[in-house]
Amino acid sequence: MIAALLFWLFAAVLVGSAVMVVTARNPMHGVLFLILAFFNAAALFVLAGAEFLAMVLVIVYVGAVAVLFLFVVMMLDIGAARRKGGWQAYLPAGLAVGAVLFAEVLFSLAGWKLMPAAVAVPQPAGLSNTAALAGVLYTRYLLLFQASGLVLLVAMIGAIVLTLREHTRSRHQSIPRQLARDHRETVVLLDVPLREAPVVPGEAKKQAAPAPGGAE
Amino acid sequence: MAFLDRTARSLLLGELLAGMALTLRYFFRPKVTINYPYEKGPLSPRFRGEHALRRYPNGEERCIACKLCEAICPAQAITIEAEPRPDGSRRTTRYDIDMTRCIYCGLCEEACPVDAIVEGPNFEFATETREELYYDKERLLANGDRWETEIARRLEMDAKWR
Amino acid sequence: MIAWVLAFFATPLGYLILTVLKALAILVPLLMGVAYLTYFERKVLGAIQLRKGPNVVGPWGLFQPFADAIKMIMKETVIPSGGNRALFLFAPMLTFFLAMIAWAVIPVNDGWAISDINVGLLYLFAISSLGVYGIVIAGWASNSKYALLGAMRSAAQMVSYEVSMGFVLVSVLLCAGSLNLSDIVRAQQHLWFCIPLLPMFVVFFISALAETNRAPFDIPEGESEIVAGFFVEYSSMAFGLFFLGEYANMFLMSALTSILFLGGWLGPFGLWPVLGPLWLILKICILLFVFLWVRATFPRYRYDQLMRLGWKVFLPLSLLWLVLTSGALLAFGWLPHA
Repeated sequence: MIAALLFWLFAAVLVGSAVMVVTARNPMHGVLFLILAFFNAAALFVLAGAEFLAMVLVIVYVGAVAVLFLFVVMMLDIGAARRKGGWQAYLPAGLAVGAVLFAEVLFSLAGWKLMPAAVAVPQPAGLSNTAALAGVLYTRYLLLFQASGLVLLVAMIGAIVLTLREHTRSRHQSIPRQLARDHRETVVLLDVPLREAPVVPGEAKKQAAPAPGGAE
Repeated sequence: MAFLDRTARSLLLGELLAGMALTLRYFFRPKVTINYPYEKGPLSPRFRGEHALRRYPNGEERCIACKLCEAICPAQAITIEAEPRPDGSRRTTRYDIDMTRCIYCGLCEEACPVDAIVEGPNFEFATETREELYYDKERLLANGDRWETEIARRLEMDAKWR
Repeated sequence: MIAWVLAFFATPLGYLILTVLKALAILVPLLMGVAYLTYFERKVLGAIQLRKGPNVVGPWGLFQPFADAIKMIMKETVIPSGGNRALFLFAPMLTFFLAMIAWAVIPVNDGWAISDINVGLLYLFAISSLGVYGIVIAGWASNSKYALLGAMRSAAQMVSYEVSMGFVLVSVLLCAGSLNLSDIVRAQQHLWFCIPLLPMFVVFFISALAETNRAPFDIPEGESEIVAGFFVEYSSMAFGLFFLGEYANMFLMSALTSILFLGGWLGPFGLWPVLGPLWLILKICILLFVFLWVRATFPRYRYDQLMRLGWKVFLPLSLLWLVLTSGALLAFGWLPHA
């Protein structure tokens, strides 16, 4: 009974916060509602006995992805007032995409068949659902699993390549070089006799150079 | 090769551990804290603290209103007004120091030809209002009377170097 | 009488009360520990800087934490006018709450955990990854540029160090063969993981410093550049909750390090197993001392150096060690569940 009540509670909050994500005026609030939605989804996973999935959902989506969302929203500084008008311009495109998505969901739901045997799989004794999940993922679906990892890797490298620029004009600091420097390379101790011009090694070359510069 | 050497060294955290060993040694060293209001550190005879106007042993004030201190004060904290006294000697009628302006450089003390204005050893003269820090002649002379023993001793100790 | 009490604890209400009592049994000593950690931090920093630290309130200054607490409670909570009031107050609560609920899965002794769940390690990792929200929300809701800068730095920092921390956790759980914290400790019966996984132990501890925003990774606070970072605008108990949360997180990270690498409640070489929880407390205290010691020794990292360390040093190192560990386990047949 309690489990059912909790299910409806979490489900209601999940749907409510999902609605708030799209309707919230302030994008920051939108992201926070998204996080709330993730949390309720995780709670639903726990109720279903999939605690591993719940934890992974929290770690990956709440702990990393939503933080980046929040980060971007904070940086963008979209005023709540500025977004009042103009949504009509996007309406046709939005509706089209929405319709396609809805149709896809509808088709997949229509083709959904519950296998009678899969309704209540008895959990094997002494096997946590983490182990059960790994047992399937790394044996039967190993190839697909690795392939999806590869896709993510390619996406990541692509993102890095797109944003990486050669900093030809910036003066990077090479920390290992700095750390490896010692006084023998930089300080020259000279024995200067009185009333004589000191002979500094390398001085003639330095004077020929246009700008001596301070450090290096 | 040098690169490998450097990388291996930095991965072994040698320098970090050396730093931590140093701080650990300091951890066990005797502490230098003194229990301040009850214990105080030594002061140099040249320490420049609160100002005082001194008197001659017969009770006559030393200041002759030459205004050298007023002239040299870089913060313009000193204000002096003077007129001849009935006995014909030139004395100040007003000698104010705005202690909120004073930068404790000690130039007034250096400029004084008669050792009248000095900066004494007292550094505990915090007040609750700014007004209390506008010292007048009376206050400065009172300071001089109060700290005369210390001030005289300090001048004597420092005389060798002047 | 005893039978009656046991029967009562078996009822749903009794179970609830029992759980609350267990939680109090962990949280009350924890909060006292947090109060005294602030005192010891000042003492240790003082000693390393040849000072004495607080010594006026009570004998050896032992009542200093209470004096601080009273001062903090008496102050006014100032809410910035341009800020978001609800979120501003929510952020410190969240930080404190997260620092507390993480203790639900920490096993103090064999079988002494409030909730001995199967995915304890993941739970802790999830909780610690949520810690960044308290800081980011605080920084945003304060409507202050310093707070926002601190929040952004901390968001980037915590997300970066979580990655290498995750790989370290994976190599630990490869050796233990379980995500359950009690099982991880039991797997160290013969050999503490800090010996075979020494580099990972160091990486984990340094990442723990970064996760708790402690020196030398305290750039989200960065007193000298951004005043106090994300909590510039906080005063009174709202600040107090951040403060308690940060120190409770230090306890949590020390406890986690002890459990993962130093054999939790196990004594060295199986010495005096009766001492159980005391061994854990001793290990936590030693690690906390290292936290303070590191703070007294190293200057603050610069932002780009911090990112370089996280992504270019720790991440490849932990990945490499993960591959090495799994290879060794497989090659020598040491896999726990093979």
